[in-house]
Amino acid sequence: MPQVTLTVNGKSASVEVEGRTLLVELLRDKLGLTGTHVGCDTSQCGACVVHVDGNSVKSCTMLAVQADGAAITTIEGLAKADGTLHPMQEMFREHHALQCGFCTPGMVMSAIDLVAKNPQGLTEEEIRHGLEGNLCRCTGYHNIVKAIAAAQPLMHAKAAE
Amino acid sequence: MYEFAYQKPSSLADAAAVLAADADAKALAGGQTFIPVLKQRLNHPTTVVDLGKLGLTGITVAGGTVTIGAMTTHAAVAASAEVKAAIPALAALAGGIGDNQVRNRGTIGGSLANNDPSACYPSAVLALGATIKTNKREIAADDYFQGMFTTALEPGEIITAVSFPAPGKAAYVKFKNPASRYAMVGVFVAKGPKGVRVAVTGAGQGGVFRHTAAEQALAANWSPAALENVTIPADGLNSDIHASADYRAHLIGVVTRRAVAAS
Amino acid sequence: MNAPFEGIGASVRRKEDLRFISGRGNYTDDINRPGQLHAVIKRSDRPHARIVSIDTAAAKASPGVVAVFTGADLAGIGGLPCGWQIHSKDGSPMVEPKHPVLAEGKVRHVGDPIAVVIADTKQQARDAAEKLDIVLDDLPAVALVTDAVKPGAALVHDEAAGNQCYDWHLGDKEGMEAAFAKAAKVVTLDLVNNRLIPNAMEPRCALGDYDQYSGDYTLYTTSQNPHVIRLLMGAFVLGIPEHRLRVVAPDVGGGFGSKIYHYAEEAIVTWAAGQLKRPVKWTADRTESFMSDAHGRDHVSTAQMALDAEGNFLALKVHTLCNMGAYLSTFAPAVPTYLYATLLAGTYKTPVIYVEVKAVFTNTVPVDAYRGAGRPEATFLLERLVDTICHDTGADPVAIRRRNFIPRDAFPYQTPVALQYDSGDYFATLEAAMKAADWNGFPSRRAAAKAVGKLRGIGMSTYLEACGIAPSKVVGSLGARAGLYEVANVRVHPTGSVTVFTGTHSHGQGHETTMAQLVTDQLGVPFSQVDIVHGDTSKIPFGMGTYGSRSLAVGGSAMVKAMDKIITKGKKIAAHLLEASVDDIEFKDGKFTVAGTDKSKTLSEIALTAYVPHNYPIEEIEPGLDETAFYDPANFTFPGGCHICEVEIDPETGVTRIVQFVAVDDVGRVVNPMIVEGQVQGGVAQGIGQALLESAVYDANAQLLSGSMMDYTMPRADDLPNFSVATENTMCTHNPLGSKGCGEVGAIGSPPAVINAVVNALKDYGVRHIDMPASPQKIWSIIQSGHRAAAE
Repeated sequence: MPQVTLTVNGKSASVEVEGRTLLVELLRDKLGLTGTHVGCDTSQCGACVVHVDGNSVKSCTMLAVQADGAAITTIEGLAKADGTLHPMQEMFREHHALQCGFCTPGMVMSAIDLVAKNPQGLTEEEIRHGLEGNLCRCTGYHNIVKAIAAAQPLMHAKAAE
Repeated sequence: MYEFAYQKPSSLADAAAVLAADADAKALAGGQTFIPVLKQRLNHPTTVVDLGKLGLTGITVAGGTVTIGAMTTHAAVAASAEVKAAIPALAALAGGIGDNQVRNRGTIGGSLANNDPSACYPSAVLALGATIKTNKREIAADDYFQGMFTTALEPGEIITAVSFPAPGKAAYVKFKNPASRYAMVGVFVAKGPKGVRVAVTGAGQGGVFRHTAAEQALAANWSPAALENVTIPADGLNSDIHASADYRAHLIGVVTRRAVAAS
Repeated sequence: MNAPFEGIGASVRRKEDLRFISGRGNYTDDINRPGQLHAVIKRSDRPHARIVSIDTAAAKASPGVVAVFTGADLAGIGGLPCGWQIHSKDGSPMVEPKHPVLAEGKVRHVGDPIAVVIADTKQQARDAAEKLDIVLDDLPAVALVTDAVKPGAALVHDEAAGNQCYDWHLGDKEGMEAAFAKAAKVVTLDLVNNRLIPNAMEPRCALGDYDQYSGDYTLYTTSQNPHVIRLLMGAFVLGIPEHRLRVVAPDVGGGFGSKIYHYAEEAIVTWAAGQLKRPVKWTADRTESFMSDAHGRDHVSTAQMALDAEGNFLALKVHTLCNMGAYLSTFAPAVPTYLYATLLAGTYKTPVIYVEVKAVFTNTVPVDAYRGAGRPEATFLLERLVDTICHDTGADPVAIRRRNFIPRDAFPYQTPVALQYDSGDYFATLEAAMKAADWNGFPSRRAAAKAVGKLRGIGMSTYLEACGIAPSKVVGSLGARAGLYEVANVRVHPTGSVTVFTGTHSHGQGHETTMAQLVTDQLGVPFSQVDIVHGDTSKIPFGMGTYGSRSLAVGGSAMVKAMDKIITKGKKIAAHLLEASVDDIEFKDGKFTVAGTDKSKTLSEIALTAYVPHNYPIEEIEPGLDETAFYDPANFTFPGGCHICEVEIDPETGVTRIVQFVAVDDVGRVVNPMIVEGQVQGGVAQGIGQALLESAVYDANAQLLSGSMMDYTMPRADDLPNFSVATENTMCTHNPLGSKGCGEVGAIGSPPAVINAVVNALKDYGVRHIDMPASPQKIWSIIQSGHRAAAE
């Protein structure tokens, strides 16, 4: 079986997988990182979004072997070691942008990439469009959009530090 | 997914050799369509050949031609200052494929090799008269698309790059399937070195096709008004729970006019 | 510095969020047990067929396979029980065919489970499932209720003649006929309430575990009500005594009703764990969810209103065909009867109502409660009928509603369809919503839209719903096979922190926060010192779980009762310590005080005394400060309100964009406004989904065409607007909190507001009604036929 060596949340891991093992299966089943969820089987819901080398990716639509050599960040890797949350996590809590919490990890990972790639700032409409790859059944998105808008200046200020 | 062997060759020749030797070996580019197909067990490859180590990425612009490496992601094309300057409609098209996550993995070569009838890229390739470059030859757009999920590619043939001549005017407008967000009707209009060309994706039973009536009208007068009396027959168009063939035929008219207006 | 206010009325940030935003939630599929096996269910791809043979040999020989079971292996266990029995008009009980855990003899819908393959890995189980050799002999199939009731239609169950489950009615038929005979005008509307697929983001999952040395079974499952599952599965399906069966519903990723029911997979993994002496896990793929989670809605109705010359409603007559699917899901029979027909008075004083409901079997996935459950169907029918009356008679939609509203001073109000509303003010919510939506300013917005080629429309819905289904005695007489009380155990620990064990279940509603606020408010214990425990039958007392927006109104009331007991006992202890009479002890802000003095003891001091009873009235009261209360409500609660939707339609494409959505709801006492707003927003999103986007579509052969998220339109962020949400509350008069419920109001009130707005936008095309979802294609067709009609 192929051996995959990768960095996940700053720690290196080397895991034996089948060719058909998905990245999300590697994260959940082999590394026990169950914060990344599987909500569909047609690459639509985005519950499985993680960052691969800094880009948001649906980990259910990537083979584990394709991640060989990559640096992965999952929802578990966002907060600092002392527990300080990422501004996006903070704003999701502050603006009640989650209810059941199942879509939340993917939503947060997508939102961080969206904001990071758009330092010029995004309008509400652009944020809504930028969430095309993530489904939430609980919130109606209203508060998710608010949270992301509120996280923008915090993230950009932090990036400028 | 069925079990398969996985290979990640580091030379084009090696990749082509594996694919040529085994009809059931399949190439993996960005995987954004192929992996879902594998997950549904609709395809059972013996070997998956990952093209990720062949260095087929990158964008160059020279002499009015934009050349995009086959493994270049949609996100890279959408963000490319060179593409935005030379063919803004192409950058916009790439920036509208799927969603951010799909664009971070999906590639132009993968999209064209798969030739999904509701994919966006085939319309740009056909309307701009692009050239598909492979490890064996160059294929003109008009010869490349041969019906849905069918192309001129031969076994062991791998797309290496696509060259687009920059047009004078071009735009792509997509009416999305409300559920899948693939193109239900996507129209790429272009006026350039290859003449006036209009390509329609998402609508045709045989995949992307040229809308010749619209091309003739626009060749005489490049304006939405020129399309007022241009219709397209519903015969040969797709019909599903979201759009009948009649509705698609109507939308082709609306979307084509909007694309010309946006160009 | 004062402590922040964290009691009733504060938008406290949620306790549960830290684990969810950190990826540390604990959902069923996140749980793995040592030695765990994986189950894959082989389902029917045929809508109706006789099972000729099943050869499992090749599957059993496949690598990693531990067992393959079919219906024949499960012959000794019971079918999945139905929790509510309806009797037809003629007094006969509903037809209740066996719902086998794995198909026996026939398959009756696409997705019907035929066999289970259990292997070391899920992929191995999948590989093996493909090697099952199943021979099916196709039978004629039927998907639509209108087809299923036709003479000669394919029969889903041999024992259900005409595919009828029951033929039920409610109300005064003679009175209705008399009123129609003298009516100045009768308005008739045929309408469909479209079938929906709930699609909670977390797919269902079940993990069975068995300890052969104790005989204990544990089921971890994605459930809204673990005790209900323990009762149904333990007593009726597997015959496991309750003290040997623990059901855990950990973090659950949304339910919306679809996770109320006892599903076959729960019984399969529990039973298989016992057979194999190893844990067995099953997790649904989303595509599997589409064909195995209970669907919602699916009614075909005719509604008729008799009016006098002034526009007063004289009588309502309704006939509804409702789709049960291929088998009766747990609460399916109750949804189109006691949660639908009883709601048909709505906010109106219509004096006479007569409803006939025929429940019909088809070769489709079973249908049961989905967010709103019956009330959205009633509301859509009524609020569309009112706007159709306006269409036909020229009446103003606001004026006719005001004319027919139940007056403010008429509460308690007895409707002609069994319910007695305790409180409400429909004028107040209407006025607040009209003001927020600038209803009166609409004509200029319509004109502005027209100038740029867009069709703008506005519509409203003044709805009423019923939550916290109760009381047990009444629902028992109506066919419920369960009690509908709730329970809370409030445990004050020796140093004064509190744990509450509630029988309700939170799967997004934020109970850990809202319920802690109740404790902070009533006992004065700091919010951070309160924990809410739910979802584990080994910890909590026997409760009924969460559905029907009942958790605060019923579960919260049980908490209030338990806390009253704590206070009563605390007063006795305080009286002893403070050497005062019990009658002189007052409890406020966490302190027991002798009235008129500064002598007091804190709750913590009382708690410590109760657990270290050295100086204690031990002859009179027991040690400890730990009280349980069961609460059986006297009545439903009756939230209501007004939703206003404004849309803009692109006539070239038929695309509808919602430009404004206003909801003003009466939900009774609000504990956490932030959470209430979130609940309403989410409900409205699902209502807009039903109105514009979502539809479960079967073809004529009963194949599910909208069988994945590629075909079934889930609302995305850019499909929806920002919502303007507010409350205008009257208090529930019969529960101690005054709360009514807010979980479903959004999904109930919004669909007719959206469709009324769409019809209003299309009024120049002669449109009278449009069925949901008002998809671009449907609207385009209507505009085309309107153009043709104008041209002819």
